[in-house]
Amino acid sequence: MAILIIAEHDNCTLKGATLNTVTAAAQMGQDLHLLVAGSNCQNVADEAASVEGISKVLLADNSVYAHHLAENTAQLISQLGTAYSHILAPATSNGKNILPRVAALLDVGQISDITAVESADTFQRPIYAGNAIATLQSLDNIKVITVRGTAFEAASTGNDAPIENVDLQIESNLSSFVSEEIAQSDRPELTAAKVVISGGRGMGNSESFTLLEQVADKLGGAVGASRAAVDAGFVPNDIQVGQTGKIVAPDLYIAVGISGAIQHLAGMKDSKIIVAINKDEEAPIFSVADYGLVADLFEAVPELEQKL
Amino acid sequence: MKILVAVKRVIDYNAKVRVKADNSDVDLSNTKMAINPFCEIAVEEAVRLKEAGSAQEVVAVSVGPKACQEQIRAALALGADRGIQVETDDNLESLNVAKLLAQVVRDEQPDLIIMGKQAIDSDNNQTGQMLSALLNMPQGTFASEINLQEGEVQVIREIDGGLQTLGLTLPAIITTDLRLNEPRYASLPNIMKAKRKPLAVVTPETLGVELKQHSKLLKVTPPAERSAGILVSSVDELIEKLKNQAKVI
Repeated sequence: MAILIIAEHDNCTLKGATLNTVTAAAQMGQDLHLLVAGSNCQNVADEAASVEGISKVLLADNSVYAHHLAENTAQLISQLGTAYSHILAPATSNGKNILPRVAALLDVGQISDITAVESADTFQRPIYAGNAIATLQSLDNIKVITVRGTAFEAASTGNDAPIENVDLQIESNLSSFVSEEIAQSDRPELTAAKVVISGGRGMGNSESFTLLEQVADKLGGAVGASRAAVDAGFVPNDIQVGQTGKIVAPDLYIAVGISGAIQHLAGMKDSKIIVAINKDEEAPIFSVADYGLVADLFEAVPELEQKL
Repeated sequence: MKILVAVKRVIDYNAKVRVKADNSDVDLSNTKMAINPFCEIAVEEAVRLKEAGSAQEVVAVSVGPKACQEQIRAALALGADRGIQVETDDNLESLNVAKLLAQVVRDEQPDLIIMGKQAIDSDNNQTGQMLSALLNMPQGTFASEINLQEGEVQVIREIDGGLQTLGLTLPAIITTDLRLNEPRYASLPNIMKAKRKPLAVVTPETLGVELKQHSKLLKVTPPAERSAGILVSSVDELIEKLKNQAKVI
């Protein structure tokens, strides 16, 4: 039986997390279908058709799917899903929102946020903020799974899979879209960036995050934050790195003024190289850092920016 | 309006997680337990809605062993009016918890159900969405703001890259994100008062819910350790190492 993958997109472009999910799916089976559910999203379907390993793109292009409302989209996926052995989505806020609803509609469990595939029914996933790794075997006939993007390589492109239209219009009238505020940024997306520089409580206020932005711009990176910095109101929650925020694994992660609470480490400890800048040499962040610099961040970060 | 909040007993936020030597599971013996932080935010939000006059009753429900009555009492001390424990000694998967909660909802008929977006033990982030599906109710997940209106609730949700506002018909299910509120500390008089608030105990059998196993836990292992690297003495040395040793810039 084939595997259904839910494409992550904004009706304009296919999001990178989809490509990592395709790689995970390819470790579970051969026949991979990619569902693009949205509105005026032909461009996304064309991009989806180019993903290597995909044998068919399903395009459900209807205004009822414009904002990915869980009530409509989950019904669509569960109706299509009965013909599949696996249903996969990236563990993005959208995937996390919709997929458990799909699982319950199909009366099966969900395995969240997998980081490794052992076989078509056995998977690894972090639990307790990444302090333990569970290996789970699914007993369900349809396996519903979300995939942690940073744990899998991105699938390449260059394919030309056929696109098939899905003519199902499902509208619940239970929920309606009111508005959306998406931060505009020229920097790369946090979870896809090769370099991430994050600030913690030690930043002191929101203005000093400008220091990090300057370094990020020099390195072509993204800016993140610890939960403490979010709780203190310095920065919005959507740049929070940690168990309860974004999971990142860039080539270079620079933690500035971050003590290194377990919940933060859970979000970044798979980074290739970790740098910590903190004036407290006892800070736990130094125990996971490849390079530690005990210094006042307000001196070290501007110096770093200047010398890069 | 009646609000139902779900609370889970989990390892305390600050407690150290140990994996059992036989790799069968995490060792929770002699570990400090607490109410899941996201559930605490759910209780706080419900109590605030009651204090604002928008709700008349807040019912706290927990699925778990007898010990989870401690977490129900904690919710009662924060201001919930009464508790329901669905007693089970099994470590239930999300779908089974959702099925039990669905039956409690059918019995209690709340207008709003608020729960945490995820528990900090299993980190699944599933139960609220599953409960919404089982009850065919709208879901407002990862909420950072809730505004009750006539026959509707507006929810501001934390999504990748920003915020999304949805309108949901009532009854609705909301799962909490971190910034929704900052839970209060229970005062000693309220902790004493909570001991006398009603707490009903039901079981999966009395609820008439049939549970099914959907996955098997094969093993639990500690994560790969990351060892500490070196301390550098200056920004110059840091840049030199990143360029020539790590080769990441």
